[in-house]
Amino acid sequence: MSASATSAGTVPARGEGRLTGIFGPSLRPYLGLMPGLAIVFLCVALPCLWLLYLSSFDDAGRLSAVNYERLIDQVSYRRIFVTTFLVSAQTVICCVLLGVPLATFIASLGRRSAALFIGAILFPLWTSLLVRAYAWLVILQRNGLVNNWLMSAGVIDEPLPLAFNTFSTVLGMTHIMLPIFLLPVIGAMRDIDRSLIRAAASMGASRTYTYRKVFLPLALPGIVAGATLVFVMSLGFYVTPAILGGGNVQAISMRIARSLSTYSNFGAAAAIGVVLLLSTLALLAVSLLIRRLAQGRAGGGHA
Amino acid sequence: MLDGFARNRALAWAGWSFALAMMFFLIAPSLIVIPMSFSSSEYLEFPPRDFSMRWYEGFFGSLAWLQAARASLIAAVSTAVLSVPVGTLAAYAARLLPLRMKIVVGAFLLMPAIVPSILVAIGYFFVLAQINLIGTMTGLVLGHTALAIPVVFVIMSAAFATFDANHERAAESFGAGRLTIWKDVIIPQIKAPLFASALLAFVTSLDEVVVAMFISSGSNATLPKVMFSALRDRIDPTVAAISTMLLLIAMVAVVSLLKSGSKRADG
Repeated sequence: MSASATSAGTVPARGEGRLTGIFGPSLRPYLGLMPGLAIVFLCVALPCLWLLYLSSFDDAGRLSAVNYERLIDQVSYRRIFVTTFLVSAQTVICCVLLGVPLATFIASLGRRSAALFIGAILFPLWTSLLVRAYAWLVILQRNGLVNNWLMSAGVIDEPLPLAFNTFSTVLGMTHIMLPIFLLPVIGAMRDIDRSLIRAAASMGASRTYTYRKVFLPLALPGIVAGATLVFVMSLGFYVTPAILGGGNVQAISMRIARSLSTYSNFGAAAAIGVVLLLSTLALLAVSLLIRRLAQGRAGGGHA
Repeated sequence: MLDGFARNRALAWAGWSFALAMMFFLIAPSLIVIPMSFSSSEYLEFPPRDFSMRWYEGFFGSLAWLQAARASLIAAVSTAVLSVPVGTLAAYAARLLPLRMKIVVGAFLLMPAIVPSILVAIGYFFVLAQINLIGTMTGLVLGHTALAIPVVFVIMSAAFATFDANHERAAESFGAGRLTIWKDVIIPQIKAPLFASALLAFVTSLDEVVVAMFISSGSNATLPKVMFSALRDRIDPTVAAISTMLLLIAMVAVVSLLKSGSKRADG
């Protein structure tokens, strides 16, 4: 209301008044948002609400918590949640261990070389998850690249079980998630005020000490953001565990798909989905809180 | 540390070798499918013993694969055509909102990127079942558009953040209509990000597996869906040939993106 009132004063009344309403800068920006909000509502928000609705009825159609009780009571469900959380946590650890030193190095480079590295980091983001899962199979399977090389070099006699297990799943997921982790972390590290580093060095702090006590704390919000992103996205992974896990790694998403397509158990599938969604949201909230606290402390330190 | 980093020779050497090894880890595995796709063997051998085009011939000779490729192309083009105007309009409108609303709207529009795709897939499946759109191209394109909206919205919001609204006000004060302003003032200023978001929306749809798996079927089954089942049942080297072609598309996209970016920097 107030938006249309102010704009009526600034925009001269014209023949295309209606168009101004939809595409204009001043009249009701909400109209421009409508198509986007409508599509996201129809394809994402409504489906999530639908799952919540479906999950709260038992097989006979009565309102009940039976679908959620089953998740707690049955060992097979608990095991799937534990597996998914463990695989995701391992992926996060790999991303942090590999990503933080790499990001530190790239952030220390000049603009040109850094841009080259960032271009190389972005390349895998353009390649399909399926292509990469397939490539890892070629490398890791029984008669794959690594096993063939190790056998012909005489290092091993029997092929190592590299594919279709937790190892290959975590490797494949790290390969996919590392670029997503690196981008915010490199950004955060490049934003760090170099004079703080120089100040620490000039006061006689060793390089290791400066890195640990000055640089890393300043980069922490970026690292936490990247790690959360990786963890949250890993929880929902489907394609990589399905192909590289080879049936030996049961992720939450795979169980959801199976309850639906094999057992047609809508309530169970929906309940797992709701729990997955809630865990995702809870993790994002916790990460946001940590970043707030970290920033608050950094701000307090300056004052 | 950053200043001392380069001065210490051993540390710099270690840094470079680690970084280059990591780049190898990130890039090389995807490229391995290229030699594999020219192998004559039924099994995965590396390096391949004999050169052959049989997997490409197999792909182009198979009605099922071609139909899947056609469905994927239609879906990806339609997704780009639909999501770019919708996302751009949303990004344009969102910056005019009061701060609090801007955060709420932004969070809502980013939901498709945050909610695990399996949930979108099964929830959307139920919604589509209600309106009889399962297995249709319309349902698939709408779903992929929802997944592409966050991408377009983020890129275009960044573009509008550096956009000079004075040009628009000037055009308006001279009495230009809204359509003219979009055509002659706004769009010329945001051409490069528009191109980037169209490409990314295209790729988002082209590579999407999970939603397509649940809601596309029959003649509308997309390439990733068919590839996924080919990989799950047995390792079909045709997938290597398709992967190589997909890689080629990705490379063309990246190069054209870099070119459009440098053109903007020159102009």
